[in-house]
Amino acid sequence: MEQIYPEKQDKCRLVKAKPETVEFLLQYSKSLNIVNHKGIKFENNLN
Amino acid sequence: MQLPAEDPILVQNYISGDEKALEILINKHNQRITSFIYSKVLDRAIAEDIFQDTFIKVIKTLKRGAYNEEGKFLPWVMRIAHNLIIDHFRRNKRMPKFEGSGDFNIFSVLGDDKLDAERQLIKDQIENDLGLLIEELPDDQKEVLIMRMYRDMSFKEISENTGVSINTALGRMRYALINLRKIIDKNNIVLTN
Repeated sequence: MEQIYPEKQDKCRLVKAKPETVEFLLQYSKSLNIVNHKGIKFENNLN
Repeated sequence: MQLPAEDPILVQNYISGDEKALEILINKHNQRITSFIYSKVLDRAIAEDIFQDTFIKVIKTLKRGAYNEEGKFLPWVMRIAHNLIIDHFRRNKRMPKFEGSGDFNIFSVLGDDKLDAERQLIKDQIENDLGLLIEELPDDQKEVLIMRMYRDMSFKEISENTGVSINTALGRMRYALINLRKIIDKNNIVLTN
């Protein structure tokens, strides 16, 4: 019979990034400030 | 019932300064992107790292105003994730590592259970101090304790060797330990490793 399932079942696992990772990204986004001055973009991380 | 906002609206809101829009976008696509990354790297921790790096790039691009793929947010994020996955494999190819196969892990065979030099010195010092404390015990208690702890003899063997009953040998061992604790407390000796 034809093998219709994947060789590695684990490949199909549904996973989600941890809430801590999401929280880190949200905090990172809030702290990141990009200023455009005379066509040059400056990145500031306001911790 | 309120319908969930579409990606282009959320992206636009985020660019305009609405941080909540980013939270919605991340939560909306979290499972799909993480599962995609995981299906390639097959490692939960690495998938998590790549997911994080992907969104750091997304955040930077959006905040810089460099995003120009209106209406195609998810494919754009997936492409960033895909590129980071390729970077990950390129890095690993440059630095090959042996991971074993299946259930076999080489490090379970090569494990080093020896103490480091400092801990070995402390252990030697403790054993030396304990030896001096045992010398302070009455002879009958000292004899039982040495047979039990250093020669690993059973209480039956101790009773046969010392000519006392097993109960007496047990009692002497008990008093030996009580007296050792008393000496340790009295002299404020610290025996730890």
